Amino acid sequence: MLPIFVIIPLGGAFLIPIIAKFKEEWAQVVANLCAGLLLLFSVASIFWLKTGIKVYDVGGWKPPFGICMVLDGLTVLMLLVVNLIGCMALIFSIGYIKKYTAPKLYYTLFCLLLVGLNGVVISGDLFNLFVFLEITSIASYALVAFGTEADELEAAFKYLVLGSVASTLILLAIGMLLGHVSTLNMADISRSLNFSTSKELILYCLALFMMGFGLKVALVPFHAWLPDAHPAAPAPMSAMLSGVVIKTIGVYALIRVVFNIIGFTPAISSLFIWLGIISMSVGVLLAIGQWDFKRLLAYHSVSQIGYVIFAIGLGTPLGIIGGLFHLFNHSLFKSLLFLNSGAVEYSTGVRQLDKLGGLSNQMPVTSNTCLVASLSIAGIPPLCGFWSKLIIIIAAFQANNIIGAIVCILVGMVTLASFLKVQKYAFMRKAEQAISSIKEAPFSMQLAMVVLAVLCIAVGLFFIPFVDSIIKPAAATLLEGTGYAKIILGI
Amino acid sequence: MSLYLLCMVLFAIGLYCLLVKKNLVKKIIGLVITEYAINLFFILLGYRTGGEAPILSKDVVVTNFVDPLPQALILTSIVIGLGIMALMVAIAMRIYEKYKTFDINEIRRLKG
Repeated sequence: MLPIFVIIPLGGAFLIPIIAKFKEEWAQVVANLCAGLLLLFSVASIFWLKTGIKVYDVGGWKPPFGICMVLDGLTVLMLLVVNLIGCMALIFSIGYIKKYTAPKLYYTLFCLLLVGLNGVVISGDLFNLFVFLEITSIASYALVAFGTEADELEAAFKYLVLGSVASTLILLAIGMLLGHVSTLNMADISRSLNFSTSKELILYCLALFMMGFGLKVALVPFHAWLPDAHPAAPAPMSAMLSGVVIKTIGVYALIRVVFNIIGFTPAISSLFIWLGIISMSVGVLLAIGQWDFKRLLAYHSVSQIGYVIFAIGLGTPLGIIGGLFHLFNHSLFKSLLFLNSGAVEYSTGVRQLDKLGGLSNQMPVTSNTCLVASLSIAGIPPLCGFWSKLIIIIAAFQANNIIGAIVCILVGMVTLASFLKVQKYAFMRKAEQAISSIKEAPFSMQLAMVVLAVLCIAVGLFFIPFVDSIIKPAAATLLEGTGYAKIILGI
Repeated sequence: MSLYLLCMVLFAIGLYCLLVKKNLVKKIIGLVITEYAINLFFILLGYRTGGEAPILSKDVVVTNFVDPLPQALILTSIVIGLGIMALMVAIAMRIYEKYKTFDINEIRRLKG
């Protein structure tokens, strides 16, 4: 059943341009249908996992020789993130994309993006992972440039150059590993590296992977492209980029390689911790001075991803659970915030916070969902962001990382301050001019925002069953470490 | 060994071109050079001195054959590289239409 996650969106991507020739509206129907089916299957995969890890051999070739697809705890979590946010972003697009020309191209690229993301998550083969990573990257470069105005093109070119350099470095690292162990299956590489004696080569590959995936994640020394690229895309695409793409082709691929193939060591742990702390603090400090709504959100993505990398870098079971839980929560509230910014831009045509004002009366749905998301990202109980940050801070204290814990708390406060600024300027204060002509966004956009806001509250209220059923199996996969190889190869 | 070294020199030339040149077209050329360097590196991984094509047949016994796996991978990688290059050239052309220049010193509306 596993290839279905790649087949459905790929089929959709080929059908959309053909079907849209007859009737333009069918493009969005097909795209939404694909995303809905994918969401259903990814919810079903939670139950498939209950009977053990699934391995699918493509073409019937057994794992060390052929390509395999793997469904384990971490995969299930990422499938849920990808397809949930993908489905909501597509529902939002129904209303939003009308202001662009050529919606059918948008939906085609969006489906290809889903192909890449799902493929990266389920692939059990390192080169296959790279190919899907490139599909994702190409689709997202094209979607960032979708507006084809001067700003969008400039941002897309910057993103394209840095993204391609990152891909080249990753490919070089894969080549080095291939030359050393003569296999590409992730489990088999991991098993062969156990007997390897050349520590220098593994260290060199690790450095290349860190640079490559670090560029894709936008950790702080590598973050320059993100605050340009994420705001330039159409709003549902920004939600995908910040909510899903940097997590899947960045964080997921990085932790899969580091934990399950190379093996987690204290040196990697301190590298992750320091990169995380620097990203957290620099991202939030740059964010607070921004006046462009989407640019502010983009800098917050850098900062929140810092939390995830920091928590996973602690390496303790509680830290990994906190990191993965925060990854899920961040995808919920950050995509909601980007959708809010899209709704505000759709209704007013303005993105500068100091030119907005008084929207809470004109746009009640947008303003209330934005309030939920802002409180969530700032970590106010009982919303979802609070619990994951609490777990991360407790884990940092347990691991005797007092500096990290204090930085987490301080960054949380600055985040709260910068979202109070958003609330005050955009929604709460009195408008300067009469803006009675501003209307609430169309129904489809409201629906997507309300669903995500309800999920933010629901995950916050029922976080214990949620962590038990979804986050814990994912953390168990990482804690398994290089023992992953034995499970996949069945030795 | 010297072949691997030359391959890495090619990679460094591409990276230098990408980082230092101010012209968008030259940046694209630099990126393409780095990609080709990696492709060459992969081909070298599978190369054996005096090796033969790995074709399985009943009468011929091939002992020293070239590893075909990296070649298959590189076919995929070349196609990906072509896709990226086409997208880059298209974006660069649109940028020229908007800004009337390829010089990145004048294309800096965004601050990064």
